[in-house]
Amino acid sequence: MQSPGKLELNRRDLMVGTAASVSLAAVTNSAHAQTQKVDAPMRNDVSFTVNGKPVSLELDNRTTLLDALREQLQLTGTKKGCDHGQCGACTVLVDGKRINSCLSLAWMHEGDEITTIEGLGTPENLHPMQSAFLEHDGYQCGYCTPGQICSAVAVLDEIKAGVPSHVTGDITADPQASELEIRERMSGNICRCGAYSNIVEAMTDVAGRPA
Amino acid sequence: MKSFTFERAETPAKAAAAAANNENAKFIAGGTNLLDLMKLEIEVPTHLIDVNKLKLDRIEETDDGGLRIGALVRNTDLASHQTVRRDFGVLSRALLAGASGQLRNKATTAGNLLQRTRCPYFYDTNMACNKRQPGSGCSAIGGFTRQLGVVGVSDACIATNPSDMNVALRALDATVETVKPDGETRSIAIADFHRLPGDTPQVETALEHGELITAVTLPAPVGGKHIYRKVRDRASYAFALVSVAGVIQPDGTGRIAVGGVAHKPWRMEEAEAELPQGAQAVANRLFADARPTDDNEFKILLTERTIAAVLDEARA
Ligand SMILES: Cc1cc2nc3c(=O)[nH]c(=O)nc-3n(C[C@H](O)[C@H](O)[C@H](O)COP(=O)(O)OP(=O)(O)OC[C@H]3O[C@@H](n4cnc5c(N)ncnc54)[C@H](O)[C@@H]3O)c2cc1C
Ligand code: SF4
Repeated sequence: MQSPGKLELNRRDLMVGTAASVSLAAVTNSAHAQTQKVDAPMRNDVSFTVNGKPVSLELDNRTTLLDALREQLQLTGTKKGCDHGQCGACTVLVDGKRINSCLSLAWMHEGDEITTIEGLGTPENLHPMQSAFLEHDGYQCGYCTPGQICSAVAVLDEIKAGVPSHVTGDITADPQASELEIRERMSGNICRCGAYSNIVEAMTDVAGRPA
Repeated sequence: MKSFTFERAETPAKAAAAAANNENAKFIAGGTNLLDLMKLEIEVPTHLIDVNKLKLDRIEETDDGGLRIGALVRNTDLASHQTVRRDFGVLSRALLAGASGQLRNKATTAGNLLQRTRCPYFYDTNMACNKRQPGSGCSAIGGFTRQLGVVGVSDACIATNPSDMNVALRALDATVETVKPDGETRSIAIADFHRLPGDTPQVETALEHGELITAVTLPAPVGGKHIYRKVRDRASYAFALVSVAGVIQPDGTGRIAVGGVAHKPWRMEEAEAELPQGAQAVANRLFADARPTDDNEFKILLTERTIAAVLDEARA
């Protein structure tokens, strides 16, 4: 079976050491560990990797991955838009695949590798998709942009890995990074400023560059 | 969201047994429907059983040339699978017509089968809804019904099943495999899996409490042209107003299942017998007992035209 290839991301070290509740010691539990706390059953201990750094958190069972990233780890690049999986502002990469972090509980990510916008590039060394968004004006207010960029990076990988889409003419053939394909695949990221055409240009630019 | 405890199930049998001990326990797979509803306190489980580590994430060929799809296979992986694309194209197409790339990466086969209705009154906890709160009444009847059901409806509920995947599974005669808390396994034909609302719209499927879906099986491929046509208010990322899953043979016979019109994917063999007579004859049969409202009557003509488009595409 065909599974999307592993992302070759430029995982930059990130300064997340400010959050008091974060322990950077690599206390990586086994993926099958029972991490609900015995003395406080509505809370849990969870460990995963964020932008290349192992983190361990003590959380309310209801905490979503989005809230863990923003409120506990102070990684506020990932945005809360609708909080119901409809707008895509909360898009992050988990083990290289894009998901809505608002519709996923943090404790369900034990052992996972999470990449947020902060892990794609830094102001000094941007990810090619970040530079392309700048060059092509792929935003106006910028609120949806981190989600758009995470999604855009994953979309090009999905096309490379041969994942078909609703607009793929022949689903048994490998899809191409055409404008139509990009528009369809980005439909889970809403931009209320309407920067869509420039986002498509940015992505087309990156897709056309030699790997 | 109300607080809850959780556990990670290690085997399918243990997952089912764990659910049996607590009537307010729920399985959680991708979480994309359950968490949405928990945030709104429409679902209020006190205990979650995480089924993601059950190793039910494989797609295997069966001895009779069909396919066995694990309950935890993600929608993206199922739609991308080479055999599905080649031999069961209507399933790939239906999956790809649903939700967004992000959601399909999380959504699972079992979770998709069990996703709950998108009736706006079901989502609005200030409104009466027999499905959310049995016996409270149905706000949709006499309300905004444009998106709601036209056939198989009852006086208690006129909601539709929102899944695209389910429509394709109905056209492909899939079977749902389960394990009950006492360890008994059974196979449920997709035609019998989803129920009509009747007097108990809160009972949506044939599953018992604690019964875990382990897989969905497809019989050997039947050939023909596989087409899924979804009509919606936006070109992408919207639920269907109506959708048609068609498997059409070169001689013009075939299978037609319709989404967006009923509490379950709508398919009738008597209607398929009319295929050589054309879309109108098929639609007349499918909707012979329809009970539309003024606001959603359009779905009947829209379905007929969508079937016509499917038949045109099959001939092309
Ligand atoms: C914004 C948005 C747009 C969407 N658009 C579409 C669309 O256009 N078309 C469409 O078809 N869908 C659409 N969806 C719905 C989406 O397809 C479902 O949310 C998804 O398929 C549910 O799968 P899941 O694994 O996340 O389920 P969960 O949320 O994990 O579970 C759903 C239900 O299934 C039960 N369950 C899960 N696994 C098992 C099991 N193995 N055995 C027994 N019970 C189980 C759970 O207890 C729960 O009751 C949309 C969703 C969102 C949020
Ligand atoms: S149609 Fe069904 S789901 Fe909608 S309000 Fe009526 S009872 Fe509830």
